[in-house]
Amino acid sequence: MKFDRFARRKYFSNGMAVLTGLAIVAIMVPLAAVIYETVLLGGSVFNVDLFTKGIPQPCTPLAGVTCQQGGLVVPIEGSILLMGLSALFSVPIGIGAAIFAVEYAGERKSARIVGIVADVLSGVPSIVAGAFIYALIVVYDPTIVFSTLSGSLALAVIMIPIVTRTCEEALRTVPNSVREAALALGISRWKTTLRIVLVSALPGIVTGVLLAVARAAGEAAPLLILLGNGCEHPLQGLSQEGCALPLWIYVGATSSSQNLVNLAWGAALLLLLLILVLSIASRLTLDRLARRMRGE
Amino acid sequence: MTLGNPFRSPTSRRTPRVSKWGDRIFLILVLIATAAVVAIMVALVAVLVYGSRSTIQALGFSFLYTRVWNPEGNVFGIVPFAVGTLVTSAIALVIAIPLGVGAAIFLTQHAPVWLRAPVGQLIELLAAIPSIIYGFWGLIVLVPIMRVDIEPILARYLGWTGWFGGNPIGLDVLTASLVLSVMAIPTITAIARDSIAAVPRSQKEAALSIGATDWEVTRKAVLPYARSGIIAGIVLGLGRALGETMAVTLTIGNNNVLPTSLFSQGQTIASLIANDFFEAASPNEVPALLEAALILLLITLAINLGARAILARFQAGRGVGAE
Amino acid sequence: MEVLNLSAFYGGNRAIQDINLKIPDRKVTAIIGPSGCGKSTLIRCLNRLHETTPKARVDGSVFLDGEDLYKLDPTLVRRRVGMVFQKPNPFATMSIYNNVSAPLRFNGRPTREQMDAVVLRSLKHAALWDEVKDRVDSAATSLSGGQQQRLCIARALAADPEVLLMDEPCSALDPIATAKIEELIGQLKNDYTVVIVTHNMQQAARVSDFTAFLYLGKLIEFGPTVDVFEKPKEHLTESYITGRFG
Repeated sequence: MKFDRFARRKYFSNGMAVLTGLAIVAIMVPLAAVIYETVLLGGSVFNVDLFTKGIPQPCTPLAGVTCQQGGLVVPIEGSILLMGLSALFSVPIGIGAAIFAVEYAGERKSARIVGIVADVLSGVPSIVAGAFIYALIVVYDPTIVFSTLSGSLALAVIMIPIVTRTCEEALRTVPNSVREAALALGISRWKTTLRIVLVSALPGIVTGVLLAVARAAGEAAPLLILLGNGCEHPLQGLSQEGCALPLWIYVGATSSSQNLVNLAWGAALLLLLLILVLSIASRLTLDRLARRMRGE
Repeated sequence: MTLGNPFRSPTSRRTPRVSKWGDRIFLILVLIATAAVVAIMVALVAVLVYGSRSTIQALGFSFLYTRVWNPEGNVFGIVPFAVGTLVTSAIALVIAIPLGVGAAIFLTQHAPVWLRAPVGQLIELLAAIPSIIYGFWGLIVLVPIMRVDIEPILARYLGWTGWFGGNPIGLDVLTASLVLSVMAIPTITAIARDSIAAVPRSQKEAALSIGATDWEVTRKAVLPYARSGIIAGIVLGLGRALGETMAVTLTIGNNNVLPTSLFSQGQTIASLIANDFFEAASPNEVPALLEAALILLLITLAINLGARAILARFQAGRGVGAE
Repeated sequence: MEVLNLSAFYGGNRAIQDINLKIPDRKVTAIIGPSGCGKSTLIRCLNRLHETTPKARVDGSVFLDGEDLYKLDPTLVRRRVGMVFQKPNPFATMSIYNNVSAPLRFNGRPTREQMDAVVLRSLKHAALWDEVKDRVDSAATSLSGGQQQRLCIARALAADPEVLLMDEPCSALDPIATAKIEELIGQLKNDYTVVIVTHNMQQAARVSDFTAFLYLGKLIEFGPTVDVFEKPKEHLTESYITGRFG
């Protein structure tokens, strides 16, 4: 009888193991489905036009009506602009705060405050960041509320905690012996930090920045509030309405015209490729620079 | 070997002109950056309060219990969206917790070693895909499936519960919850996996040595030890779900009304803000939207702080008890 | 170099107390004592490195050529008083050449010729030139432990200090590398004042001209090495030397 009970327990245990394996499979299903559809539907518009033409007139193919495919020039330009600007704002601030936490505050309480604030900020929903920038800019200058500039500010708010945290970790991995070696040679504090410690931590920092950029590239929520209606015509200025790939996906997705929906899939595919490239780049950076530092 | 006079390099022995300015300016720059980060934190709350002041003054606490959102009549209440947020997040968690924790258990206990890294990376890939793409896919692919295949079945067999009333069109609270669960899973899995991996081997071995099966080891020795960490992961996943906008706004139907069934078209706080701002909010609606954003901010902040407090206590306790 | 009434603290703990010491010019002075007696703290006060530790504090003065180092800019002090550490710490991201030329490059604008000359000279003084002359551009981390330590010595020398401090420079090295460095110290003293901290009494006896014995943060005895080892004045010194403790 004891044998029976044990066998039952064993079967149950094996059953649970299978269930956990099924959990993994279940998780992979949406991943596979999304990638499959995106590649399939996005691939159908993947041609030279995609990169050279602007948004077409809305149109749904009916009998006798051929629709223009159009292209994503404007959203692509807009995304590049947004990523550049938001990086410009967020990277110096993030690295600066990380340097303060590690090099100047060290073990003291102020260092932990920076870490805690960064962690808290990273939990702020992106839509709230968008609303925040809206409320801020509307007071400062209502005419530029709907602009690429505002959008980049909201993205910067999202990027800063990522940059700060990864930078802080990277700086902390630099052993103290490096700092002491430099100081003992009579190298001034700021040069030690900037040209020796920071350089030493560079792989980690670059990875962090790439991660933050990848995250910002895919964010749509704040852009829905702040970018306005800039996708239909070529981009004008930073303080004018703008466009970006994630925003376009939303516009195309909710449109009733088939050609716009197709273009949205094209944008989705582009976005996936971009994020893939950024992920690979960040992993390569980490690998290659770490190897160089070990002297190979 | 005799050494001659050491070389007097012209650069190092010149009359000291080390300016203190380099160090000072650098410190100032660094302090400005740090102040900026802290300022953003504070400004988030302050600016949103300022922006929503007219609504706060006009409506006061009624904002929190009014069930109607009517820009024309100047009546604003957060209840429909709070309910929408709660329901979608709850359902998302009901799906995400077993799947996420199950996946974490598989990765740490049952998966062969060579499988662990690739699968882990695939789960990270899941998290890296922007939510707008999940929302888009949800709208185009999942919604028709729900409308045609799944929801009629649910209505037929589970209609007696009262949750599945109304005409299923696929664009509803249920579908949004499903897509939302996909967003929450990677967070839960990652933290659960770390928590389980942190369980000292001695705990497992003690259970194994008294003849427990793998599952019993997991359930009785590993999970209780990792419990706080897993709970923190779940709470963080919840925080993520609460703030999720794009996946929801494309699949929930965007109806600013209290949902009465899972097939209702509804709205969460996050999707409300996105949707109404995008569709050109009237001037008297904007402060209300900003107040909604403020409330969402405070909720997610509270949840995140709570989760991190749990996580901190878990890690501290582990440090004391582990070997 | 002269130390006057020096005390140093970590937070509330006093690590060394009222040290008064005259370190002779162009000689090797060893600082010995049991673990925790404050030798490292003392030497780190001589190049003002101690104060970079959080919550550290120093009272007293250190004079070099009549100037109180504690009244000068610490960065400048460290250019005149160089240091070599227990564990070799070459800059891992730099080549051998760039390591040695680092003090020049970071503290001024040297020309290529100036750097070449200093690197050559420093590597020769550190007895490393012959071993690396064909590969000065290779990574510093490709060297063995003993070679890395000599690289650190070369780097410290490139800064053209008046005093060279060595904090247990051989304790991470094997006996052969140790012997090479001890030989090197003997040559260095022709041009630099050397202060070496060591927990190895035999090494102190071999290498130094003068010895200071520290115990529990206080200077117990100081004098020519021969005297300290053969005719110690203090009972405590004698106990330590004969191995009764520490």
